[in-house]
Amino acid sequence: MPDINILIPSVLNGLTTGALYALVALGLTLIYGVLHIINFAHGALLMIGLYAVYFLNVQFGIDPYIALLIVPPAMFALGYALQRGIISRAGHGRDENILLVTLGLAIIIENLSLFVFKSDTRVIDTPYSFEVIELFGAFLPLPKVIAFAGALITATLLWLLMARTDLGKAIRALAQEPKGAKLVGIDTEHVFAMSFGLGIACLGVAACLLLPSYYVSPHVGHGFVLIAFTVVVLGGMGSFVGALIGGLIIGVVEALGGLFLGESLGQIGIFLIFILVLIFRPTGLLGHKV
Amino acid sequence: MTDKIQPAGVGRRNFLKTTGAAALGLGVTGFPAVLRAQSAKVKIGLIHPVSGFIAFSGNQCREGALMAIADLNAAGGIKSMGGAQLEAMLADSQGKPDIGAAEVTKMAEAGVDGIVAGYASSISLATSQEAAKTNTPHVVDVGVSDKIVSRGLPNTFRFGPGYGKIAEFAVANLDTINKAAGSPAKTAMIIHEESLFGTGTAKLLSAKLPENGIEVIDVIKHANPTRDFTNIVLQIKSKKPDLIIPANYYNEYVLLARTMRQQRVEAMGIYSVLGGAASNYKFVKEFPEAAENIMDCNHWFNPKSEIAQARKAAAEAKGLVYTYEVFLAYNAVLGLADAIERAGTTDKDAVNAALAASTMDMSYMPYAPTKMVNGQNQGAQPVNTQVQNGDIDVIFPQEFASAEAIFPMT
Repeated sequence: MPDINILIPSVLNGLTTGALYALVALGLTLIYGVLHIINFAHGALLMIGLYAVYFLNVQFGIDPYIALLIVPPAMFALGYALQRGIISRAGHGRDENILLVTLGLAIIIENLSLFVFKSDTRVIDTPYSFEVIELFGAFLPLPKVIAFAGALITATLLWLLMARTDLGKAIRALAQEPKGAKLVGIDTEHVFAMSFGLGIACLGVAACLLLPSYYVSPHVGHGFVLIAFTVVVLGGMGSFVGALIGGLIIGVVEALGGLFLGESLGQIGIFLIFILVLIFRPTGLLGHKV
Repeated sequence: MTDKIQPAGVGRRNFLKTTGAAALGLGVTGFPAVLRAQSAKVKIGLIHPVSGFIAFSGNQCREGALMAIADLNAAGGIKSMGGAQLEAMLADSQGKPDIGAAEVTKMAEAGVDGIVAGYASSISLATSQEAAKTNTPHVVDVGVSDKIVSRGLPNTFRFGPGYGKIAEFAVANLDTINKAAGSPAKTAMIIHEESLFGTGTAKLLSAKLPENGIEVIDVIKHANPTRDFTNIVLQIKSKKPDLIIPANYYNEYVLLARTMRQQRVEAMGIYSVLGGAASNYKFVKEFPEAAENIMDCNHWFNPKSEIAQARKAAAEAKGLVYTYEVFLAYNAVLGLADAIERAGTTDKDAVNAALAASTMDMSYMPYAPTKMVNGQNQGAQPVNTQVQNGDIDVIFPQEFASAEAIFPMT
């Protein structure tokens, strides 16, 4: 039985880790939850974002938080181009094709990265890398607290975009009734690509907020992609607030699971939740049937 | 194409054509003998996890092995075989024992003469087992599990030390360091990765540390990869051990060390046993403050050897970080090539016999003279290192030491 004094720090740490999961999952909930594209390349694209942040820092001395002005727009452009240039063309609108195309993309991107960047683990050192904030006797790393705030802001912005803008309405229309959306004059190809681009831009945000407390290597995405799918299903397909809450829950479950069951068994809690949600609430916590 | 049906048997003209061609062939290939031998290649299979979660180490091994092959070829190849050049056959085990074993099968079919593999203990177990089926000589470069050399496989050899010896050294040297400081350390926590290497090392240490008056108050196992070490570090803080003993791979070690610093863990010492990063210049360069004064019991070169320093300089000139993977894989190739040299052939039985009788001079390592018993070099031993002033110094054994131990570190 762990010491009760470490329970609060553990939960707080779980919340900050969960915010990082939520950040990665926010983009996925747009792509997978709204557009129903199973994007296996999500982890590989996160890795590209992390390398972009890394090289901006190492080559040009750009702080990862300043890189928020550069990396997310660049990732948006990459996502838009990928969707229009490769996924849409090779997928022919068939789910199984899209699944295989994104899987292929993931393999190509990872192996190219392995070839170009080698398998070295790379980290950046910022003046605040080891800064902590003391809260209820817990030392919370400053980069993780910033990532927590970043996840809240990103989720709110995405929610506003979906609820209050024409693009958001078009995306929702496309998700609910693609043929109807086409009939009323929505450029579905463009909206699909915009959605995919936005999803990948979220990964750019995640990369900027993640790197000060994490590392980048060609395989770094593996650790996040399965968790991100779990978060999306738990939160409810297409729900940004759901993804945020789902991420936080997964983070806390992982932290407490590690504390009570040991670090190796602690991961079981996450996938137990995944199975239970699929059985008892397939639409997720905040999801609704489309 | 012709429709003519050839009579059965060999006609006079055909006989002359065939024997003539054979004689011509013999003439070309049979003379001079030295030229023929020079065209032969000795195929050395290198199987390492160059992708997957231990890809950094796998690539380091591959680079070290390739450097050895290049150096041997530049020095004239296998002289007893007319200067036969070594040729590398590369394969990626992806960090998975089954894939490593499958690569051995493929290499055996392609005529490999000897194999150097496979970095991780679990992979080395699988590759050596598979190589034993064809009696292919197999030198384990790093894999420290003692199971690797205790199965009676006649084709499996290791020039570096196993974790039995390493744990023994680690405990004995820790005892010496602790006693020299007045025995302030009485408790320890072991943090180890979950595979054969971490689990086996933790088990050995848990059994041996109490014999020297150090109580192991907790042993925490973690997965590969582990994204966050805060939970583990919180438990360390809660239990306040005098010593923290990590045994894990590079990425996890770095995250653990960073988190310990963030959470302001204060211990008398961080004493790694085969710590993935504690004896790594990359870690020391990137996180000098987190690395300072960390001690490690690990593979290391002899800092007083000119050969070792020259090899380190050559590796660094290639842009490599000179980690233990690089020089252990380098040594493994040297050991295999030395056996082929003495055997004068690539006949597998002869090479295995030469490996078993190896007395290769390894004075560039902190080893006693090479002597193989059941495939294990009895002369191999680890050393204790400590990060001091942003550099890695050897602190034990005394004959190889370049600095005195700093303990307690706080």
